[in-house]
Amino acid sequence: MRAEQISVFLENKAGRLAEVSAILAEADVNIRALALADTSDFGVLRLIVNDNQKAIQALKNRGFTVSKTDVVAVEVEDRPGGLHRILDILHQAGINVEYMYAFVQHSGKNAVMIFRIDPIDEAIKILQKNKVTVIDGSKVYTM
Amino acid sequence: MILDIGFETMPREDLEAIVLRRLKATIDRVYANVPFYRKKFEENHITPNDIKSLEDLKRIPFTTKEDLRDNYPFGMFAVPMDNVVRIHASSGTTGKPTVVGYTARDINTWAEVMARSLAAGGATRGDIIHNAYGYGLFTGGLGVHYGAEKLGASVIPVSGGNTKRQVVIMKDFGPTILTATPSYALHLSEVAEEMGVSFEDLKFKFGIFGAEPWSENMREEIERQLNLTAVDIYGLSEVIGPGVAIECHEAKKGLHIFEDHFIPEIIDPGTGEVLPYGEAGELVFTTITKEAFPVIRYRTRDITSLNPEPCICGRTHIRMNRVTGRTDDMLIIRGVNVFPSQIESVLMEMDEVEPYYQLVVDRKDNLDTLTVLVEVGERLFSDEVKHLQDRERKIAKNIKDYLGVSAKVKLVEPKVIARSQGKAVRVIDNRKI
Repeated sequence: MRAEQISVFLENKAGRLAEVSAILAEADVNIRALALADTSDFGVLRLIVNDNQKAIQALKNRGFTVSKTDVVAVEVEDRPGGLHRILDILHQAGINVEYMYAFVQHSGKNAVMIFRIDPIDEAIKILQKNKVTVIDGSKVYTM
Repeated sequence: MILDIGFETMPREDLEAIVLRRLKATIDRVYANVPFYRKKFEENHITPNDIKSLEDLKRIPFTTKEDLRDNYPFGMFAVPMDNVVRIHASSGTTGKPTVVGYTARDINTWAEVMARSLAAGGATRGDIIHNAYGYGLFTGGLGVHYGAEKLGASVIPVSGGNTKRQVVIMKDFGPTILTATPSYALHLSEVAEEMGVSFEDLKFKFGIFGAEPWSENMREEIERQLNLTAVDIYGLSEVIGPGVAIECHEAKKGLHIFEDHFIPEIIDPGTGEVLPYGEAGELVFTTITKEAFPVIRYRTRDITSLNPEPCICGRTHIRMNRVTGRTDDMLIIRGVNVFPSQIESVLMEMDEVEPYYQLVVDRKDNLDTLTVLVEVGERLFSDEVKHLQDRERKIAKNIKDYLGVSAKVKLVEPKVIARSQGKAVRVIDNRKI
C-alpha cells in the first residue's frame, strides 16, 4: 500500500526549480503532487509523478541527485477535523510524521494527503484498522 | 633597539666563521644521532668531514615536510626524550601533524631570538606586551611569551579569541606592544570601534605581526587604524617558531634573519639549484644551534628573496623580503595552516561523502572565512532537510576537531565544482591581501 515519492536536491538559487520542471516536461512526465522544503542554502523537492522511472532517469541524466522514498497516500475527509483525525490516530500510536503535503486531485469527495512516516508499515496498519483509506501507489500515480 | 649588539651587528667575516663552526657541529650531531640524516648522507656519499666550507652545504640533500611525516612523531629528534622539555606541533599535509621538540637550551635559544625580535620591533623591558597569538601546540603564543619574559617586558598572555574582553584589557591595562596575526589586529580595531574604544586613546606604539602573509597595503591600513608602527615577523615551528626573522622598525624593509642560528638559502623549487641574492625562489633553512630538532636544508615552501645590502639599523644579518606565496597548496586561515589534502582526508573518512569538494577562502571584516563546498551525491542525500543539515554540521565538526579551524559547510549539486581537464579546482582564494 505504499506509494513512491522522488526527492531532488536543489541549491537555493534562481532557476533551479524551473530547470526541474523543464526536464520533466521534456520527458513527458506529469507532476501529480509536490512539496519543497528549504533552508537558506539548499532545498529538497519532493514529487509524486506519473512515471517514476522516466522522471528519475531524466533528472539523473542532467546531473541532479535523486532518491526514492516510500510514502503513504491517505484519503482525508474534506471537512473540519478531517486531517486532525488522522494525525490523532498516528499520535496515539506514537508514530511521528516527518512531513506531509497535499495532493492536487480529490479521490471522490475526499482530499488526498501524502505522509512521510516511520515506521511506514505499522502506520499503514493502524490507519487501515481505524477505517482510514490508504491509496495504493499504482492508483496514486494515475489519479 | 638592538638587544645583542655583539651578534646582531657582527662583521660578516666573523659571523660566517661562527656559522661554519656551528654548522659543522650540527652536521656531526645529526650524522651521529638521527638515522634519517645518516642514511641520506650515506646515500649521497657524503660524510661530515666533507663539509669544509659554507659552500659545501649545497652538497647535502634537502629535508622536506614529507620526511618529517615519514619519521612521525619523534624520529627526527637528535637527543633522547629525557632531554626534551617541550613538544609543539603544526599541520602536516595529511592527517598527521608535524611534531617538533625542544631541549631546555633550545627553549632558551628560542626565547633569545624572540627577545631580539621584539626589541627590533620596538619593544623594551619597560613595555607591556598584549600577546594575542594563540597559546597551545601552535608556536606563536608561547614563542612570543618566552621572548617577552626574556626581554624583561610585562606580557599579557591573552591568546586568541574573546575579542571584546581583549578590548577591555587593552583599555584598562594600557599595553604598549601588540603581537597578533595581521588579520586579527584589524579585527581587534573593528571590534574596538564597535565598542566605542578608539586606538588613539590606547597606548600602543608598536605591533609585531606574522604567522600569515600580508602586504604593504595591509601594513598601511593597520598603522592607520591601530595608530602604531607595524613590523613583520617570520618563523615556522620546523625551524624554531616565531623569531627566525624580524623587520627592524627603523627600516621596515625586509626581515633580518638571525644568521647566527639559522642559515637561509633560496632555491629554484623545480631544480633545487641555489639562486643568487635578489632572485625569488623557495626559502630553505638549516638550523645550527638547535639540539632536539635540528633541520638540515629544510624546504619551507615559502617563496621570497634575500637582500644582502647593509641596513640602516646597523644589523649585519641578511634580510629576507616579504613572503609572496607558497610552492605548495597550503592555506593560512586565521593563522592556522591548512592543506586541502587534510580536508580531503576528513571528508574521505565519512562514508557518505563523495570525493568532490572545493574550498573557498574569503576575508570578511578582516577575518578569514573558510567555506567547504561538498557535492551531494546519492549517498549523502536524504529527502529530509534535517538529515542534510545534520550532515553539514557533522562535516564542519570533523574539520574543526581534526584541523582546529572553523569552516562553513555548504552542500551543492553535483558537477557544480568546476572540473578542469577532469581534475577539480580545489581552492578558490578570494582574499585580497
